[in-house]
Amino acid sequence: MQNVVISVNNLVKRFGNFIANDHLTFEVYQGEIFGFLGANGAGKTTALRILSGLSSPTSGEVVVAGFNAAREPEQIKRNIGYMSQKFSLYEDLTIRENIMLYGGIYGLKKDQIRKRTSELLRKLRFEGYADRLIGDLPLGVRQKLAFSVALLHEPKIVFLDEPTGGVDPVTRRQFWELIYEASAGGVTLFVTTHYMDEAEYCDRVCIMNEGKIVALDTPARLKETYHAHSVEEVFVKIARPTATHNPLHQMAGSSLTSLPGDSHLKRV
Amino acid sequence: MARTTSDIAVKPAIEASGVGKRFGPTRALHNISFSVEEGEIFGFIGPDGAGKSTLFRIITTLIAPDEGKIDVLGNDTVKDFRELRKVIGYMPGRFSLYQDLTVEENLSFYATVFGATIRENYELIRDIYSHIEPFKKRLAGKLSGGMKQKLALSCALIHKPRLLVLDEPTTGVDAVSRAEFWEMLKKLKQHGITIIASTPYMDEAMQCHRVALIQEGKILSVDTPEKIRAGFSRKLFSIRAPEKFRLITALKTFPETLSAYPFGDSVHVTFLNDTPVDSLADRLKKEGVNGAEIVETTPGIEDRFLELMEKPGEG
Repeated sequence: MQNVVISVNNLVKRFGNFIANDHLTFEVYQGEIFGFLGANGAGKTTALRILSGLSSPTSGEVVVAGFNAAREPEQIKRNIGYMSQKFSLYEDLTIRENIMLYGGIYGLKKDQIRKRTSELLRKLRFEGYADRLIGDLPLGVRQKLAFSVALLHEPKIVFLDEPTGGVDPVTRRQFWELIYEASAGGVTLFVTTHYMDEAEYCDRVCIMNEGKIVALDTPARLKETYHAHSVEEVFVKIARPTATHNPLHQMAGSSLTSLPGDSHLKRV
Repeated sequence: MARTTSDIAVKPAIEASGVGKRFGPTRALHNISFSVEEGEIFGFIGPDGAGKSTLFRIITTLIAPDEGKIDVLGNDTVKDFRELRKVIGYMPGRFSLYQDLTVEENLSFYATVFGATIRENYELIRDIYSHIEPFKKRLAGKLSGGMKQKLALSCALIHKPRLLVLDEPTTGVDAVSRAEFWEMLKKLKQHGITIIASTPYMDEAMQCHRVALIQEGKILSVDTPEKIRAGFSRKLFSIRAPEKFRLITALKTFPETLSAYPFGDSVHVTFLNDTPVDSLADRLKKEGVNGAEIVETTPGIEDRFLELMEKPGEG
């Protein structure tokens, strides 16, 4: 039924004796907001690099936007967008210059670039500061722009690396609205993060630990399965099995369960 | 120390009044006043750019305020900076460790700078340092994020400070390490150390005795997390539907909607008083939103933060 846009079958990536990705198998659907979680060193970045055509698998089959990651990495790169909170825009260029630069890199024609630049500025209500340097702008403005620039060439899939860490609560929500809008328009959003509250916004989340997928489901079902109030609590329970050997971890797990907000729901 | 302990005990650990700081045209801090009691874990919760680090640099005597003053442990941060530096442990947000020294070398370096030894204060850091001690010959640059954080905390504590200042200690650290870290801080309480910590994570507020919500250089509210939460002034509804964008767009078109924010898998919404919520599902359906589930929910601290940001004059 659902349109598969990322298909990963028994993906293995080795670095010498180290197995960074150990037989990963999963699918991501069109328009889905897919969260990819794991502790530092769990293998997220390795998988992300393969999915975005920057590295090839040791074995297994990876198909992204209809292209094979081992044989057609260049095609993949052309058909995806990428945004990271850490780096996406050139700080010493203006908003307008950044949009034009990325338009050029993605191979858009000049009149296309001009048209999309003004569309984008209007949509984000950035006309007023189109000629200001990125470095002078608040983080929230940069972040919305970075996301929109990643959509400039109308990719089917956009990879987002920790997109909303450190942003104020209002801006962060405006940002998620942009993501929902893209998703409603059929773009697939693949979000890698270790901020567990970002995971709560995803349609499905995949949790990795030591190179393997240890859970993949909707946030609601994960919370149900693991009797948890938040994805964070699910993560603490399963993402590091060694944690159970240390009493400190167990205490720590329980201490973060008392999050307000989504718990204690009352029916009306 | 310039004063005796009994002198200091009657005063708050930190007393800030009317603090302001500018960097060129940017007003980093504006009329900041608060006080922190001895032995408290006090959190500054706010996004990047709110002014948290600037405030911490003033508290740790590294920069001087343009207006107002801060007394720390009875000493002025500007006049008495020499005294204060001996009794403050500071873990800056950007990394404080020497990457090309080993774990053990970093720790003994910090001890030596403050005229202390690892042995005399080992008890204070034992719970934290024991996690990384097996790797004491490893270069700090080769440690994982969680281990670096534990080492940096050990280094900030090794001279047995009376005030521990932690600038975003959990940023960039995974959820498991983050939870562990707060447990460690709670254990430090038994040593009578006052702790102030900043964080962009709203949920970490619940780990503090009291928190200050900070935004654009101003403090929006200071209280216990529970009381901040309780300050939420309206009924809050959590609405969920398969098509999130359609849901939020529809909610925003209703004239009685006061606020609608995405919140995990649902949307948190407030309405004008006396809005009949019973008919809401039907009205959403008319807007093309099917399968909406509407429940009343308890506001969290983030809901209150959002409310305060809407009307910054209040609270």
